[in-house]
Amino acid sequence: MNAVILSGLLGVVMLFASFLFQTKEPVRITAIAGTLLLLIANVLESKGIHFFSINTSGFLNFGYYSLFFNSIAIFATLIFFLISSKDMQKVGGHYAEYFALIFFILTGIFLVTSFTNLLMLFIGIEIISIPLYILTGAAKKDLKSNEAALKYFLMGSFSTGIMLMGITLIYGATGTFDIDKMNLVALEKSHLITAGLFMLLFSMCFKVSIAPFHFWTPDVYDGAPNVFTSFMATIVKVGIFIGFIHLFNTAFDKVTIQWKVWMAVMAALTLFIGNITAVFQQSVKRMLAYSSISQAGFMLFALVAMNATSYEGLIIYSLAYCLATIGVFGVISKMTDYSFEGFNGLAKHQPLVALCVTICMLSLAGIPLSAGFLAKFYMLKALIETGGYLWLVIFGVIMAAVSAYYYFRLIQAMYFKEGPNNFTQIAAGEKYVLVAICILIVFVGVFPNIIFNWLYF
Amino acid sequence: MPINYYITLALCLFSIGVVGVLTRRNAIIVFMCIELMLNAVNLLLVAFSKMHHIAKGATAVTGTDGQLFVFFIMVVAAAEVSVGLAIIVMMYRNVHSININFLNRLKH
Repeated sequence: MNAVILSGLLGVVMLFASFLFQTKEPVRITAIAGTLLLLIANVLESKGIHFFSINTSGFLNFGYYSLFFNSIAIFATLIFFLISSKDMQKVGGHYAEYFALIFFILTGIFLVTSFTNLLMLFIGIEIISIPLYILTGAAKKDLKSNEAALKYFLMGSFSTGIMLMGITLIYGATGTFDIDKMNLVALEKSHLITAGLFMLLFSMCFKVSIAPFHFWTPDVYDGAPNVFTSFMATIVKVGIFIGFIHLFNTAFDKVTIQWKVWMAVMAALTLFIGNITAVFQQSVKRMLAYSSISQAGFMLFALVAMNATSYEGLIIYSLAYCLATIGVFGVISKMTDYSFEGFNGLAKHQPLVALCVTICMLSLAGIPLSAGFLAKFYMLKALIETGGYLWLVIFGVIMAAVSAYYYFRLIQAMYFKEGPNNFTQIAAGEKYVLVAICILIVFVGVFPNIIFNWLYF
Repeated sequence: MPINYYITLALCLFSIGVVGVLTRRNAIIVFMCIELMLNAVNLLLVAFSKMHHIAKGATAVTGTDGQLFVFFIMVVAAAEVSVGLAIIVMMYRNVHSININFLNRLKH
């Protein structure tokens, strides 16, 4: 509960910060300090120290797993602020408000990761979505940003409508919104349950951009301002994934309706569409949008497998994916031209930055000794442990090989081609953060046990 | 009245909303169709709430959580309207149109 209340409060504080401070720098420092405070409060809560004693039974349950994920989400946000918060100034004049909206989104993520009631799932997803619509359209004069915002808004509220219908049908059959209390196994012959389950499944797939519900993703991620794409493609996406796995593991795991087969097919389709389309992209930003679709396909393996390994794997995956993508986007938002040609010869002009992008790319592609390799390894391991779905494992490995093509294309452009300098400039502090991200990626890739030690002890 | 009538009515409204979202090209009308979907859900929730209220012994609290949910949907829908209309107005200022066929600049 610490983090939920504190991040809501921090959002309000940031709203007032735009009145209190005349310049931008104090606003930024306040936001970063606030995120640090949030991280400390959340870690303290996972150690058993609660600032607020509020009875949330039946609505929210702050288990250790969700608290641990929240810590990762806050940590990723902190890194995101450190590396990209200066670039937010380029988006528009409402600097403090962007931070406020991000804190509100974090509140939503905390609700989604720890809900036990479908009401809280709905509220959490809406608290995430509505500020995201605003952030997507934050560059008001930019037509692409307008278009992305409108598209995201229409698609997002449409999927919310479908999700609500699913929740309602399940309520009609069970008479409760509490996912621990609804006894779906006794009622599973009811058509209401089947229809409700699939509506929930499809709308959640919509939110995390699983094919065939992914079509909004490339346009929205491409049109949104770079810094906010970085946030919504990483932290928001993995946050909703944790809610997704929680929902289907608790409420629907025992029913005999064959949703896992559907999910396996959708995972395969997502991997195929995401990877194959990413190969043909000319813009690095759009390539990363498709790559985020394909990474979501890998994360869906956890939901197909639904065992202890998949929970561990999802934690590692979210950390690896967030770190690498935030790092790459941090560099992209400092480029004037972010097509593949724009990256030509970056290694000559900015050797350190190019090295960091390379490490992030290797991690996204899943090369050994990086966190991304372990993430993919855990996903495949979880799937193999179930005994079935061997075709999906093989398909996943093939698709991971395909993904190496477009990640390496960027590395090739940076190191083996000549080009003008499209890199504006990077502050020394941001450079250190970029290096720290890379060190962390390698560190987690070499010593994953440290993460799991935190998870279990 | 049997619950079937309510379910049929709500599903009809919901389907009209879905078909409207998929076929209409005016952003405001698409938006109204989304609201229609949400309100169909509201209607169904209240009907189910009453059904569970009677089925579970008609004490004061049984089945009320469905009605509680309706209020949350209303609040969220209002928040969505305010943000959504703002986005549509922003779009209109730049393009002087709210036809969503204009939404194809991103598809190079």
